[in-house]
Amino acid sequence: MAEITYLEAIRQGLTEEMERDERVFLLGEDIGAFGGAFKVTEGLQARFGEARVIDAPISETAIVGAAAGAAHMGLRPVCEMQFIDFLSCAYSILTNYVATARYRAGLSTPMVVRGPSGGYVRGGPFHSQNPEAAYLHTPGLKIVAPASARDAKGLIKAAIRDEDPVLFFEHKYLYRRIKEELPEGEDVITPLGHAAVTREGRDLSIITYSAMVWKALEAAERLEKEDGISVEVVDLRTLLPLDDAAIVATVKKTNRVLIVHEDTRTGGLAAEITARINDLAFEWLDAPVRRVCAHDVPLPYAPTLEDFVLPQTEDIVRAARWMAAY
Amino acid sequence: MRLTRSLEEKLVNLYRQTKVVGGLFRSLGQEADSVGSAYALDRAKGDILSPLIRNLGSMLVQGATPLEVLRQYMAKAESPTRGRELNIHFNDLERGFLGQISHLGDMVPVMAGVTLSFKMRKEPRVGLVYVGDGAMSTGAFHEGINFAAVQRLPLVVIAENNGYAYSTPTSKQTAVSELVAKAGGYGVRGVRTDGNDVIAVYEVTRAAVDLARAGEGVSLIELVTYRRKGHAEHDNQSYVPKAELEAWAANDPLDRYERRVIESGWGTAEELRDIDQRITAEIDMAVALCENEPLPDAATALDEVLADPPRAELEWYRRLDG
Repeated sequence: MAEITYLEAIRQGLTEEMERDERVFLLGEDIGAFGGAFKVTEGLQARFGEARVIDAPISETAIVGAAAGAAHMGLRPVCEMQFIDFLSCAYSILTNYVATARYRAGLSTPMVVRGPSGGYVRGGPFHSQNPEAAYLHTPGLKIVAPASARDAKGLIKAAIRDEDPVLFFEHKYLYRRIKEELPEGEDVITPLGHAAVTREGRDLSIITYSAMVWKALEAAERLEKEDGISVEVVDLRTLLPLDDAAIVATVKKTNRVLIVHEDTRTGGLAAEITARINDLAFEWLDAPVRRVCAHDVPLPYAPTLEDFVLPQTEDIVRAARWMAAY
Repeated sequence: MRLTRSLEEKLVNLYRQTKVVGGLFRSLGQEADSVGSAYALDRAKGDILSPLIRNLGSMLVQGATPLEVLRQYMAKAESPTRGRELNIHFNDLERGFLGQISHLGDMVPVMAGVTLSFKMRKEPRVGLVYVGDGAMSTGAFHEGINFAAVQRLPLVVIAENNGYAYSTPTSKQTAVSELVAKAGGYGVRGVRTDGNDVIAVYEVTRAAVDLARAGEGVSLIELVTYRRKGHAEHDNQSYVPKAELEAWAANDPLDRYERRVIESGWGTAEELRDIDQRITAEIDMAVALCENEPLPDAATALDEVLADPPRAELEWYRRLDG
């Protein structure tokens, strides 16, 4: 069984769903013959034809809006944003039209909007964003952010099969850095709404997602070796709806929770998770819930600045030590 | 035009030496668009332009320096954005250029606002904004030019039709065969000309600038040209037919202008060589000056998100002891 990358896993998921279900089609900028800016859709137009792998003009509102219309009519569109930073161009139609369609009009809108998010690649303020918090506050959407190749494949397949609109945030730093053995053809499905315990531990839980899972695992290794602290790492996988049961379970197990995300702090996902822990498991805590997030600034370009703004493994280690000693 | 081309060529060298931190964007073959149109503005009157990624030349005309551009690409502490932004994303309203963001089309409504201020204050100033065949597909472009047209603002919109937006040919970007056809839909003047003829570019832009200054509103100018390099330096243009590239290489705006200068007796080949040498020396000096400069101090990342407070909070995990 061959190892495939996170990026290839997404492509495999798309390919398998397009083969399984003729209603599935792709829509995005430069995704056809060119195969997309990161080559996620490479070869798919040759395989499935121009009618199912459609090159769109630079019109994010039209891409998302057209996907919604086609989805109402029973098709299963998957939109690509060339960089997820451009999803904001479609913010209005996505939050006002798409997200409310089922509730206000009884319309089914089974569509996926996927694209590369995240930093650590010297992309500057417009090619590095983590937009989840902007959409977390929108009832009617689902949000997914895979950390592993298996989940990248399993979640894209589950997202395509879901009856509601799903935002699928890939991490460009992981595209070619993460490899895993994955069975081709076997139906790898990661159900939406379920977190995973990526590493079992007793003393402290790190709740995180996407690329930060790998930094959390690195930190956990170090803490185990250098401090004898046993760290549990919980990968949320789906950010909306949140897996409350998994969050509560890990709180009850370790009684200490550190939340890590790459997005900026204020109004970020960690705030919501902290509030839920207060609601559901406050009496199980032995320490305040704390968070390691990016500094509250637009993401700068220079390596010195980017490295300073974004959370690093060392930051997680220091924060975890503080938590464990509390 | 020569300064634009030579500076970009120097940047290619630096890119290959991995001294450019991010991507590198070329305007090879399109230099006449940026330079000819920017010269049609009047810097003394305070005209302002807003470039896109292939309009380095327009910024140089407005007084941006090779040193600034080199520092930007290499993310130096002394760069105009102090390492926060990439490549030619920087501004100087005094010199008359307003930097872009990556979201295409957004600068059209922004420049509508800039020129609205000219109109409100009864200043005889003109704004100029560049878009490409790709940016014209955005909602922001549509809303911005429509707003400017309705308000009869002193704005010139340059539509650079260079054949491709990343890998997408203009035929997949729009169903009209000439971008200038869109002018009618907004009720603005439309002009189309050869974008590789710097004199023609200057003349049509100058006419539009004069009309704008006289209170005659918006013009949309389509410049027909060709992008001879990929979207950025990493892109090998596998999607472009070779014959197309060769045909446009034979229609190079610098070659054409040099021939015209000599044939018209405006200058000699020797004088042109002197100019080239002066430019090379200027660029080499700028590289020597900034190549080994430091990157920005990390903690400056927190400065100036807002005027008040002037500094973002240092996250708690960085305040813990070692």
